[in-house]
Amino acid sequence: MVQQIKPFFLRYGPLLTTIAIFILAYITGGQMYPAMQKPQVFFNLFINDGSLLLVSIGMTLVILTGGIDLSVGGVLALTSTASAALLRMGVSPYIVIPLMICVGVGFGSMLGWIIQYLKVQPFIATLMGLFFARGMAYIISLTSVTITNDVYKTLALTPIYIPFIPRAYVYPTTLVAPVILLVAIYLSFFTRFGRTIYAMGNNEQSALLMGLSVARTKVAVYAFSGFCSALAGIVFSMSLLAGYGQFATGMELDAIASVVMGGTSLSGGVGNVIGTLFGVLIHGTIVSILQFNGTLSSWWTRIGVGALTLIFIGVQSLFYLKKKPSQGQ
Amino acid sequence: MWKRIRESRLLWPFVAWIIILAFDAIVEPGFFRLGIIEDPVYGKHLYGNLVDIFNNGAPLMLVAIGMTLVIATGGVDLSVGAVIAISAAMGAVLINPALGNQLITNDILTKNATNTPLPLIILADLAAGTLCGLWNGILVSRAKIQPMVATLILMVAGRGIAQLITNGQIMTIYYTPYFWFGNGYILGLPVSIYIVAVVFLLAWLLVRKTAIGLFVESVGINAKSTYYSGINEQNVKLLAYTFCGFCGAIAGLILSSYVHSADGNNNGLNYELDAILAVVMGGTLMSGGRFSMFASVIGAVVIWTFTVTVYSLGVPANALLAAKAVLVMVVILLYSDYTRRFMNRLFERRGTQHGTAD
Amino acid sequence: MAEAQDIIRMQGIAKSFPGVIALEAVDFSLRKGEIHALMGENGAGKSTLIKVLTGVEQPDRGTIELDGKPIQVRSPQHSQELGISTVYQEVNLCTNISVAENIMLGHEPHRFGSIDWRKMNELASKAINRLSIDVDVTQPLGNYSVAIQQMVAITRALEVLSAKVLILDEPTSSLDIHETDLLFAVMRNLKKEGIGIIFITHFLDQVYQIADRITVLRNGKLVGTFEAASLPRVELVAKMLGRSLTELNAMSKTRSQEEENKEKQTLMEAKGLGLTGSLDPVDLELNSNEILGLAGLLGSGRTEVANLIFGVDAPDKGSLTVCGEKAERFSPLESLKRGVALCPENRKAEGIVGDLTIRENIILALQARCGWFKFLSRQEQDQIADKYIKLLGIVTPSPDQLVKNLSGGNQQKVILARWLATDPKVLILDEPTRGIDVGAKTEIQKLVMKLAEEGKSCVFISSELEEVLRISHRVVVMRDRKKAAEYAGDVDDQTLIHTMAGEL
Repeated sequence: MVQQIKPFFLRYGPLLTTIAIFILAYITGGQMYPAMQKPQVFFNLFINDGSLLLVSIGMTLVILTGGIDLSVGGVLALTSTASAALLRMGVSPYIVIPLMICVGVGFGSMLGWIIQYLKVQPFIATLMGLFFARGMAYIISLTSVTITNDVYKTLALTPIYIPFIPRAYVYPTTLVAPVILLVAIYLSFFTRFGRTIYAMGNNEQSALLMGLSVARTKVAVYAFSGFCSALAGIVFSMSLLAGYGQFATGMELDAIASVVMGGTSLSGGVGNVIGTLFGVLIHGTIVSILQFNGTLSSWWTRIGVGALTLIFIGVQSLFYLKKKPSQGQ
Repeated sequence: MWKRIRESRLLWPFVAWIIILAFDAIVEPGFFRLGIIEDPVYGKHLYGNLVDIFNNGAPLMLVAIGMTLVIATGGVDLSVGAVIAISAAMGAVLINPALGNQLITNDILTKNATNTPLPLIILADLAAGTLCGLWNGILVSRAKIQPMVATLILMVAGRGIAQLITNGQIMTIYYTPYFWFGNGYILGLPVSIYIVAVVFLLAWLLVRKTAIGLFVESVGINAKSTYYSGINEQNVKLLAYTFCGFCGAIAGLILSSYVHSADGNNNGLNYELDAILAVVMGGTLMSGGRFSMFASVIGAVVIWTFTVTVYSLGVPANALLAAKAVLVMVVILLYSDYTRRFMNRLFERRGTQHGTAD
Repeated sequence: MAEAQDIIRMQGIAKSFPGVIALEAVDFSLRKGEIHALMGENGAGKSTLIKVLTGVEQPDRGTIELDGKPIQVRSPQHSQELGISTVYQEVNLCTNISVAENIMLGHEPHRFGSIDWRKMNELASKAINRLSIDVDVTQPLGNYSVAIQQMVAITRALEVLSAKVLILDEPTSSLDIHETDLLFAVMRNLKKEGIGIIFITHFLDQVYQIADRITVLRNGKLVGTFEAASLPRVELVAKMLGRSLTELNAMSKTRSQEEENKEKQTLMEAKGLGLTGSLDPVDLELNSNEILGLAGLLGSGRTEVANLIFGVDAPDKGSLTVCGEKAERFSPLESLKRGVALCPENRKAEGIVGDLTIRENIILALQARCGWFKFLSRQEQDQIADKYIKLLGIVTPSPDQLVKNLSGGNQQKVILARWLATDPKVLILDEPTRGIDVGAKTEIQKLVMKLAEEGKSCVFISSELEEVLRISHRVVVMRDRKKAAEYAGDVDDQTLIHTMAGEL
């Protein structure tokens, strides 16, 4: 019995810790502010943090390979602004949305290519991507572009009621992130692409020697992250019915923090997207509590996120340190 | 001689600078115009784009000096922007004439007065920044967290701390002596230039007239060999991060003085990125090792020349980001392995290289 | 079966790197269903030979035949496709994914566009059961010991890559006896199935336990291939260590001077110095003006002794006294202050700082002792650098050359200079002559002897017996991470070989 429990904890410990902290935080919030006990508050987490979740899913896969993607917020801003501008020009949303996704994928593959073939460190290359994407957004429009398109409005404002739970609803845009989460789960657990991500995150040299296509996977992972960011941009612009270059400043950090809180190790190879979901939920819960409190201000979110990141790095080292193969001696 | 020039770290940043200046000379004949203007507070002083480059670029130059040391040890400090914000917030709060008052009126808030004597404010600023650097250094050298991650934490939390200090408000400063650092002039030149010069000189003395520079390079090249040689490599790293925090603090002082306010969200925004760019442009490798603080300062000057150029072309401030990205791309390509190999093949005369076997 | 079926036949393989000849016309063959041990000390050329066979390096000359057909191995991947697989001591698998994945990935079964986990686990279980070991293939590989990880690597090689030739590179160095037995059982099974195994190790016992034939390399040359049953252990050790370099025999110890030095002073004394899991308690005494040879095969614990004395690793047992003072704290810096210096075994990773100049490398340790703020002036630096460049005969156009551009022998001299500049009382030299050419070797040996004459005490670690015997006043033999014996300097090499082989 004990022998079975121990490996189980070693394997799922960080994930369980994340879930436990989420539940604890949520219950604490509920105790402090009875208004938080309403089911809708829970669904609001998904409504408000939909794009953060999307971005974090892409980020998780990138971090699992041992890299990092700082360009996510920029791509989000770029696609939101570009789509808003195109819609205003009268282009059909059915063209705009696929086009934006292509932009995201193309942008991500470009970064991946630079990282893989020009051997530029991921964080420098994607930093450049961040600058570039945000700059392009400002070149498209210096001010916020409002969206009046009917399709967008419908998608943004039609509530979908949750069955069995009274007066609880989400919007169609809210569903995008959970769907992508399922896709990411499928990719990471049930395809060679996903398993290669894990293998190369643990030891790129070994993965190469095992005959896995490391180079292609690396480019694809950044492309996927670009895809997620582009989707996040569309969701973001739908929920605010606007596009703006200043959207989502600092989101890359929130995403990284969520990924780390979700139990994914920044050195790669360890963690999963399910944990990231809870990482994002913790982030959302902290924000909700601060909102309900009203007197505590938003800066506590940042300090809290920072502190939690540190704590989780500590927790991770507790769980993983002994398991890492001793390099060399 | 040619070889020496080619191998100098200063070559590329200077080439970049000259290209940008040449571009300015052609496109905008008025770019280099310098004039003397009479300021009601600070007297006669120079003005013009060139002065602006140095005055506005001073905080970045300072941060680049600190960042050079950190990158030379093989690390990186992503928290400098947040440190700038913390230092700015510290200054603004201590000045705040309403501090401790029961009744806060607008009159008191906007009074040209300070709550704390100026020297104390400066000390507190510097202490706050240095403490941040020390914290980073401890996380990296003692807790052995990867530098990027360790400093990311302060990058996230630091802006929160800055807002905590100012209670979430954008604090406008009305105390005029404080403005001197970012707006004042000595002998017709901006004060900030003198501050950069002093800090650079201090840093240079610290690094080149003691063994610290050698140790930093040694740690960056081969930390294990350095440790085997009896050097305490942990303390070398600790010092580098602490110094970087100190530089960030001075940058925060100048920046908040320049804009007359402290804003936890926007003070020093993207400075970590610019500073890394400046250092990389200055030829210090991201993997650590040989460094030149002077080349990094030139790198910072290049970035600001570029910025001022783009501004003067009428490109809106925000679109500058894309232009900067193009600059980064060019720099990355210039410094990539491919270019290096290509350059080496172009110039290298074979025969001096002895490969080592094992 | 009478005519030996060679799977692999390598002939006249030569490979040189700038400054060093790694392999010189080496022949090697591997039969079907044979376990063939490849022996030799560090730098003998074992690893280069394997690299040539697995496509990591391309040979300068020579041919490789696989099943009688000449082949050219282009890359490690290519060698795997050809059926030649290698399992390293540091297993080249991914510890974070499951055992099954490590075995099957790249050839995993699919069902409806997704990995068929159940079938994959089934196949993996079946495959690993072939080695008659019991492993839960759904667990992450990292949950298992190195021994099991090696088995998994072997399984992958056999199952996915259908290997005909298996190269085991130092597989047993991190295994305990039980695990080693397990591995050997597996190897015997594979042998029965007709797979050819190349077994690289430095454990003599194990070679005799399992190998059919033994090929010995020394200094990149083939010493010979022998049937294990007909090669006495002592002879094997002798062949590995060799006795060449007759031109050096002109040198002799300044024994007379040692005789004069009647009242010997104990400079350094280690009592029961040990570290759990690394070195059993060792007693060691070092007198002034003495060269203490530390002999032993690779992995015998000789480097561990050096690291403990120098404080790279802090001992958890015993005590160390230097010049009458008991050492309390252990770190390279403390040792430096104590007057103990170490030229480490791994010159590249632990010795030189490649991108610094010769001058900077030389003054590094001295500067470390002076501290951060008493910076040696450029003049002093140049003086010291020039002095030692001249003294040690470092060949370089200028002290401002980068150390990474020097040859191995000159790099070694730079490290030696670094420590001599601190004027140490005790100098530990761990394999100072490894991987450098004959001329430089002699120079370094002479140098060490001169240093001892001038009043330094040295601990000289080397796997070359001749060298140890020639310059040491006393010899300590290490075996199995223990001190095996101690002899006076005039001991004959036969005794030493017997001791190292564990027969005395």
